Amino acid sequence: VIDTNVNLFRWPFRRLIGDDPAELVTRLRKKGVTQAWAGSFEGLLCRDVAGVNARLAAACREHGPNFLVPFGCINPKSPDWEEDLRRCHENHHMVGIRLYPNYHGYTLGEPAFAKLLSMAANRNLIVQIALSMEDVRTQFPLMLVPPVDPAPLSELIPQFPHLRLVLLNAGHWAGNRNPSVRKISQADNVYLDIAMNEGVVGLTRLIAETSPARVVFGSHYPFFYFESALLKVRSADLPRDQELAVYERNARSLLHQPS
Amino acid sequence: MTFDRRTVVKGIVAGFFAAGVHAGAESSAEALERTGPMRIWDAHSHLGSLPGDTPEERMAVLVRHMDRLGVERLILSQGFDEYISHPTPQQVREENDRVMRVLQHFPDRAYGSVYLSPDNVEFCLQEFDRCVKDGPMIGVGELETDVRCNSSALDPIVERAISMNVPILQHTWMKTSGNEPGESTPYDLVELARRHPEGKFICGHTGGNWELGIRAIRDTKNVYAEIAGSDPTSGFTEMAVRELGADRVIYGSDVGGRSFASQIAKVIGAEIPDSAKKLILGGNLRRLFQPVLAAKGLAS
Repeated sequence: VIDTNVNLFRWPFRRLIGDDPAELVTRLRKKGVTQAWAGSFEGLLCRDVAGVNARLAAACREHGPNFLVPFGCINPKSPDWEEDLRRCHENHHMVGIRLYPNYHGYTLGEPAFAKLLSMAANRNLIVQIALSMEDVRTQFPLMLVPPVDPAPLSELIPQFPHLRLVLLNAGHWAGNRNPSVRKISQADNVYLDIAMNEGVVGLTRLIAETSPARVVFGSHYPFFYFESALLKVRSADLPRDQELAVYERNARSLLHQPS
Repeated sequence: MTFDRRTVVKGIVAGFFAAGVHAGAESSAEALERTGPMRIWDAHSHLGSLPGDTPEERMAVLVRHMDRLGVERLILSQGFDEYISHPTPQQVREENDRVMRVLQHFPDRAYGSVYLSPDNVEFCLQEFDRCVKDGPMIGVGELETDVRCNSSALDPIVERAISMNVPILQHTWMKTSGNEPGESTPYDLVELARRHPEGKFICGHTGGNWELGIRAIRDTKNVYAEIAGSDPTSGFTEMAVRELGADRVIYGSDVGGRSFASQIAKVIGAEIPDSAKKLILGGNLRRLFQPVLAAKGLAS
């Protein structure tokens, strides 16, 4: 299993089992995960993004070499964010970045975001966008963070045909009748994870409405119980080939896709 | 239709092993086998958000997914149609009739729980008698957002439920973003439960904001925490067991809008003893419903 959606360090509002990197690695290995793409919870609120990414890279090297794959955080509203992007790529040798637009206060329609996509595409970095981190109904009352509206992506994606884009925690994507969302889900270079996919037939619908080749395993661990994503795949009764694609093959192909 | 209890254990074990996912899940599954069959009963299910034009077709979809994860039985209630906050008596009757159609076709896989709208108490009592006293149903609820459940309008309904030893499933949320008008909180349910100490109340969703909901019901021993219908956030079940004891925590899913997978994960993935998992996944629910099941001559 390649888990494309795990998080290192502490969630700001709750201690989680697995919020210590060494423990997280041990637990994920025991659950059968062979590679985990890791962002940092620190990236949500810390303004020193360069420090966040340096700690993330160091923790991945120390606790999970050849297992944890760091995805640095970039905030395109932050001064000199271009340097953060350069460091992610050139200093930390990251293969991708993870964005939190709702925590960083920008929409996907803003020019700074388009510039970030362009620069990431030029560096052949995978871009993960966390559309949500937590159900708004259960968030801390002094910090309500509504989910990201993905609609502007429908106009941006055609401009970056070689960009590899992964939408994390996309929630109730399947069955969405919004034309923009449907257009995004048809794009060949857009992948979705399953962490917040819901409903008894949710995963089957998601695959039918996107592509069996563009749905990837993501658990949102340790914020979510890892077994949620695992049981979603098991209970969907997918053809074996599709099941293996979701567990591992789609993420591997995404990782090794040439620009 | 029959259901072999051995397939329950096999379903869970297959669910972890066939995926090629090994050690952690393996030890859990092996432990379950050691402690006896893990019989999963689901306290909270609906027929909404599912493919199929009839209740029977939708239940067949649920059964296929139940079998894959080893769920033995559902407590099924309203929700075939989109939720209406103030349904007419006719709409309430239609929802209950749909559930009873399912019970007729799938007697080994579902028990029914009567939908009532406390807007109209006299009608509620008649509907309780039609579906529970004189019909096949064994529970009350999910009661939703028509009236907050601390209202005295619920008292006659609760008294009727107590007279037959029937548990009540009450929807509760404490949404940070604000509840709907008439939507109950765990605090409301605690008020109701304290007025009726002989009643058995299942706190649907445990308020959603479970760190608050668990605390709100902690001292009211006839209120049970139900884990259905929220994201599978890590720590929910551990905190519920720590603060309430495993015998006051009940698994439910809130299918079809939610999945069995994400909700069972809250128990299977929790750092709690296997004995506690057995209670939460079905033992507690069977114990709560045992009196009414026995009175009706139904299997537990």
